[in-house]
Amino acid sequence: MHTFQMLRAHSPDEAVRLAAAAVETAPQPIRFLAGGTTLVDLMKLDVEQPQHVIDINRLPLNQIEQTADGGLKIGALVRNSDLAHHPLIVQRYPMLSQALLSGASAQLRNMATTGGNLLQRTRCVYFRDTAMACNKRQPGSGCAAQEGFHRNLAILGTSEHCIASNPSDMNVALAALEAIIHVQGAGGARIVPVGEFHLLPGSTPQRETVLAPGELVTHVTLRPPVANAGSTYLKLRDRASYEFALASAAVQLSVDGGRISRARVALGGVGAKPWRSVDAEAVLQDAAPTVEVFARAAAAAVRDARPLRDNVFKVDLIQRCLVQALRTCSTTAPDANRRSA
Amino acid sequence: MNENQQEEPRGGGARRPSTPSPHPGDPMLVESTRLTEDGSAAPQLKRRSFLMWVGSSSALGALPATAPVAVSAPVGAADAADDSQVTVRLTVNDIAQEAKVDVRTSLLDYLRENLQLTGTKKGCDHGQCGACTVHVNGRRVNSCLSLLAVHDGDSVTTIEGLGSPDRLHPLQAAFVAHDGLQCGYCTAGQIMSAAALLTEPCGPADADVKEAMSGNICRCGAYSNIVAAIRQVRDAG
Repeated sequence: MHTFQMLRAHSPDEAVRLAAAAVETAPQPIRFLAGGTTLVDLMKLDVEQPQHVIDINRLPLNQIEQTADGGLKIGALVRNSDLAHHPLIVQRYPMLSQALLSGASAQLRNMATTGGNLLQRTRCVYFRDTAMACNKRQPGSGCAAQEGFHRNLAILGTSEHCIASNPSDMNVALAALEAIIHVQGAGGARIVPVGEFHLLPGSTPQRETVLAPGELVTHVTLRPPVANAGSTYLKLRDRASYEFALASAAVQLSVDGGRISRARVALGGVGAKPWRSVDAEAVLQDAAPTVEVFARAAAAAVRDARPLRDNVFKVDLIQRCLVQALRTCSTTAPDANRRSA
Repeated sequence: MNENQQEEPRGGGARRPSTPSPHPGDPMLVESTRLTEDGSAAPQLKRRSFLMWVGSSSALGALPATAPVAVSAPVGAADAADDSQVTVRLTVNDIAQEAKVDVRTSLLDYLRENLQLTGTKKGCDHGQCGACTVHVNGRRVNSCLSLLAVHDGDSVTTIEGLGSPDRLHPLQAAFVAHDGLQCGYCTAGQIMSAAALLTEPCGPADADVKEAMSGNICRCGAYSNIVAAIRQVRDAG
């Protein structure tokens, strides 16, 4: 691990100020340190080499509060385990709780934070190995994954420069819930819908989010919960636990009079970013909640898939995953106006 | 041969044993081929001394910065004006500590190398095995992925603080009773993890325990006995 200067902030203003000053002086990126489960991991591999690390663990951003419109405001420093077990999350946004609990291990969930999970980096083995060609880590160096090991990588949203998948479960649930990310920087505060927060690799895979250097995620807000919706998070992987998704689906369905009145679908394990599938939602909207419809929605979700030699199985797997998640939802979604038989 | 004097491990300030550096003509630096041909006791002693010298802090300075060795400086050797050092005050097993260490020092390396609390193990050093599990403010974490520097003011509990041979924690007794280990390398992490599990929301079934313990892996495969040990303690309330 390369050495660095450690700074400690006690407020978001101080954190942003320290970061702005560091951005001025250092060519290497500055990094905020919360749980460290991504940053310290990558620093040990020399993938991350910040010159300045700002410890933000003391920032007063670890609350979960109701908002005036009946939604929820989640501080960026709320630990994943606390978020997953919070009564308001369990009761009102169970899909988010399921997603969080499906990820990592208990120890890691106790360390990882909301903000950190949003910024979690890919598990591509070439990204994590500084001896390997990786356009994300070293722009222009090439992508060793395309001809190499890519079983765990993306089939949606990839480019010729990068096929890395976003490994987070929380992000998939946040995508389905249409969460809002709140950011603070030297220029002030701004909000970013979660769907716009993560970037596709395109020709600049080194840019993963819309965050400018020195910008800090302060909290995430959730919209008021949808009444009478069925929701679920289904995660498929080689092992039963403690492993990243090969394919996952976060689904929320509302049914009214035997028709799907509202559908939200997001996919994990298969996207270069957390994959909100409006194509699947379009098929589901106003359709009957039947397996036939679900299968068509799943097919729509993978229409633009670009699998490679060793992850083509994901095209089938993610469809089955989505269909199963939709079936689970439709059995739990109460029909608001059930037509009499 | 001036073998190092081993100091008794204490709560804080324990120095790493020092070994004299050999000069080029020193008989300690015997080539391995000569050792095997000779076969006598003396070369073996010299090889052991050589290996200890290689592993000592004086030899580490010669290794490139990216060598995978502990980078924590011995307590007391820090330079206050040096950006690469940091001072951290924390409590470990109810004993207050003041650490002056390299900023890169992980909590795991601090516990093992600086405090000589070697009960906690380094398995993967990347948060993937759970052997390094300790409690920070009562919560289980992977100490390998935690920089000591962020733990100013925190309270850390290691396996040494959970129980002792004279006063076993119920989980320690249960692990013994149920043969919940073979090589023992994952065991400290398993027990620390299980001890925290007892205070976390967890369903009643073995499947729930297995899921809650999934962050601790065991190459020897003692899983069923580990679950039985945990079940015993949970059932006893």
